[in-house]
Amino acid sequence: MAELALNPAVSDPSPHAAHHRRHAWRGVAISLPIALLTLIPLLVVLASFLSPQPEIWAHLAQYVLPGVLRNTLLLIIGVGLGVLGLGVSLAWLTAMCEFPGRRFFAWALMLPLAMPAYVLAFVMVGLLDFTGPVQTWLRAAFGGSAWFPPIRSSGGVVLVLSLAFYPYVYLLARNAFATQGRRALEAAQMLGVSRRAAFWRVAIPMARPWIVGGLTLALMETLADFGAVSVFNFDTFTTAIYKAWFALFNLPAASQLASLLVLFVLALAVVEQRVRGERLYHARAGGGERIALRGTARWGAVAWCALVLLVAFVVPLIQLGHWVTQVWADDFDERYPAFIGRSVLLAALAALLVAALALALAYARRRYRDGGTRWLVRLATLGYAVPGTVLAVGVFIPIAWLDNLLLAIFQPLGFEGFQVFKGTVAVMLLALAARFLAVGFQPVDSGMQRITRNQEEAARSLGLRSRQVLLRLHLPLLRGGLFTALLMVFVDVMKEMPITLMTRAFGWDTLAVRVFEMTSEGMWDRAALPALFIVLAGLLPVLLLTRHGAED
Amino acid sequence: MLHLNDIALRYGAKTVVEHLSLSLAAGQIGCLLGASGCGKTTVLRAIAGFETVREGSIVLGGETVADARRSVPPELRQIGMVFQDYALFPHLDVAGNIAFGLGRLDRAARRARVDELLELVGLTGQGGRYPHQLSGGQQQRVALARALAPSPRLLLLDEPFSNLDVELRERLAQEVRAILKAAGTTAILVTHDQHEAFAVADVVGVMADGHIRQWATPYRLYHEPADRFVADFIGEGTFLPGRIVGAQCIEIELGEICRTVPFGGRPGDVADVLIRPDDIQHDDASPTRARVLAKAFRGAEFLYTLELPSGARVLSLVPSHHDHAIGEAIGIRAEIDHLIAFARGE
Repeated sequence: MAELALNPAVSDPSPHAAHHRRHAWRGVAISLPIALLTLIPLLVVLASFLSPQPEIWAHLAQYVLPGVLRNTLLLIIGVGLGVLGLGVSLAWLTAMCEFPGRRFFAWALMLPLAMPAYVLAFVMVGLLDFTGPVQTWLRAAFGGSAWFPPIRSSGGVVLVLSLAFYPYVYLLARNAFATQGRRALEAAQMLGVSRRAAFWRVAIPMARPWIVGGLTLALMETLADFGAVSVFNFDTFTTAIYKAWFALFNLPAASQLASLLVLFVLALAVVEQRVRGERLYHARAGGGERIALRGTARWGAVAWCALVLLVAFVVPLIQLGHWVTQVWADDFDERYPAFIGRSVLLAALAALLVAALALALAYARRRYRDGGTRWLVRLATLGYAVPGTVLAVGVFIPIAWLDNLLLAIFQPLGFEGFQVFKGTVAVMLLALAARFLAVGFQPVDSGMQRITRNQEEAARSLGLRSRQVLLRLHLPLLRGGLFTALLMVFVDVMKEMPITLMTRAFGWDTLAVRVFEMTSEGMWDRAALPALFIVLAGLLPVLLLTRHGAED
Repeated sequence: MLHLNDIALRYGAKTVVEHLSLSLAAGQIGCLLGASGCGKTTVLRAIAGFETVREGSIVLGGETVADARRSVPPELRQIGMVFQDYALFPHLDVAGNIAFGLGRLDRAARRARVDELLELVGLTGQGGRYPHQLSGGQQQRVALARALAPSPRLLLLDEPFSNLDVELRERLAQEVRAILKAAGTTAILVTHDQHEAFAVADVVGVMADGHIRQWATPYRLYHEPADRFVADFIGEGTFLPGRIVGAQCIEIELGEICRTVPFGGRPGDVADVLIRPDDIQHDDASPTRARVLAKAFRGAEFLYTLELPSGARVLSLVPSHHDHAIGEAIGIRAEIDHLIAFARGE
């Protein structure tokens, strides 16, 4: 810590520090209720450690945990290696090398972000399964003995999740390679190290905080994934939680499982936060030309980028379109406007709620810079690490308890319903807001950080009160960040499956729920219709991201 | 030690450097001095091996490392480089950075060499710190130690002081020269700042448009500039019109200067004479008066801009206890040891 104290930015000797300390409770008053949104479900789930029920644990340990733990470890290792291989290689090629189509691929390789893992999963299964078009064609061409690796296997799940989540590693690693530039490689070469060796000794270690950051995000998504593993009938914590609750109606068992899953993701969150801090010290703007690839390397680079793009995005999109044209006439009926309407309503409400909360948090952190507020803001944005299934359980339990309490009071007074809050949109919004608060907070907060203290003090010295500063300085300057937050949260909620599925009122189906119901019956072609809507909506933030990329 | 023989460097069709030659003896410190875009950094990168030589050759210690046909890769040239942004490796501590190029040594020898260099650059005991924990000046010294560690045949320094503040810059420039001389290193510095060039280098090349205009010691660049561009670029001064009278003298407004005329002019020819601020002495007794147009306080001295009766202007450095008001007429005397003159229209 000694070196941190030397850094004026950290020790913060602002002339207003005393003032901010005196009003510290205000920062806490803003951020604590928002943090509770995440903290209550987390604590409720973790509390099941405090009340262990031996018979439930015995059952879980004997029948559920061995398979679930094995599968989870397999996913962590397999998908971890997969996203590293795909993400780092593609990032290196598009950031540091020059080859035909590089600019196009640099952009296009982000497109798979628009394709939710569960959509990629059912398209791949539909395409590559024994009865799918690929194997059917192979048998027709080479006879019945033509062999093809089975897609419904651990290998298949790892492949699909790697293709779905590599963009996290790709985006961050690309950013890292682009900022280090060629200068570091040149420095290594001047010290007698060949370029190939310099890649491993300098470029990769320097990009490590970004690569590890992308890896932990990809693994969080892997642990949180519910839809894709369901398609494969590959049991993980998320599917086990769902089954315990909705098939066995054993909410305590679901909660126990959720508490174990939380331990996994919190470990990842700690790693992620730590490497995020390391990046500060690695930031270095470096220019220089790209390495011009020649001969085989040149066309190898084109082929590799094109292959990943085809498999992860283009082919699945074409297949979706093909299925949609087949079922459109029969399947697109009056239910669809309702599915779309609910999806859009939920996504829009969640986006507005998250944007408002994110603004409050970013403002609290800016204005009251005490330790308490800082910690609460961190805790409040922890939800991105917590899987939707866990949040669903953690939100449902206290709401059910509250419902019972209220019913005990109201029923004697003549209230006739069986539930007050359970199954309402409000409860879904609470869980969704907790899950996606970080998604909205990030662009708002980075916009806030671009506003300098001097700009604020200039506004104050021109006679504006603090509320006027917020309205006339902060809000106009944060417009871009708020818009990004709204759009990102909107699309994430459109894609979201487990929270919506587990906390909705019976029959309140959205597009994502429709996808789940069709895929759980193996009707890939009918799942394609809602999936295509989701993918098209998902393209919006990717386009926004690339526009920002072009500006940088 | 180092010879650049008539080299040309191009980016695509654009010629950046052409017909450039220079030689450096072992242990000498050279400098390429010029405004940004003059091609000096490109020359440095060509010596390092990052740019392709299209014509001519680069010879290092008797070995041709680059010509139009082949190029030894940078990592095999045994040339060290200090980058403008230092390019320290943030994932390695100071000792790790310095030891980076010492792969061939065993562990004990590597540690000994690292300690030796830490001492050389005055950072003894700081080997365990990380680049982000160091000040700019310390980072600069680590970059120097890292480049010197493998005992390169030649050291290249690309604007090594431009990221430092002015006071530190001057001190470090002298320090770097002392370190290089102590290590007996042959080196080339690239900079746009003549003070830096003069503080560090034995011999300086003034560059413009991809050519070296003059390759000489700092003293000669200042007092015997080869052409009008160098005269203008190095130091301060103004030109006064003059006329050659007799074999050895030029007459200007401030009197006759009798020295060897540096170009082959004949009596009666018109010339421009460069007057440096230190050529004009303030002397209250002098009959020649000049009016103060502007003044800049520099601590020990004032730099006065003076107007002569003809309207021509000269600069004068005057000890700062002579504080004259703007508009005041003061006595001056020309005391010119080095006559710098160019034929009119040259």
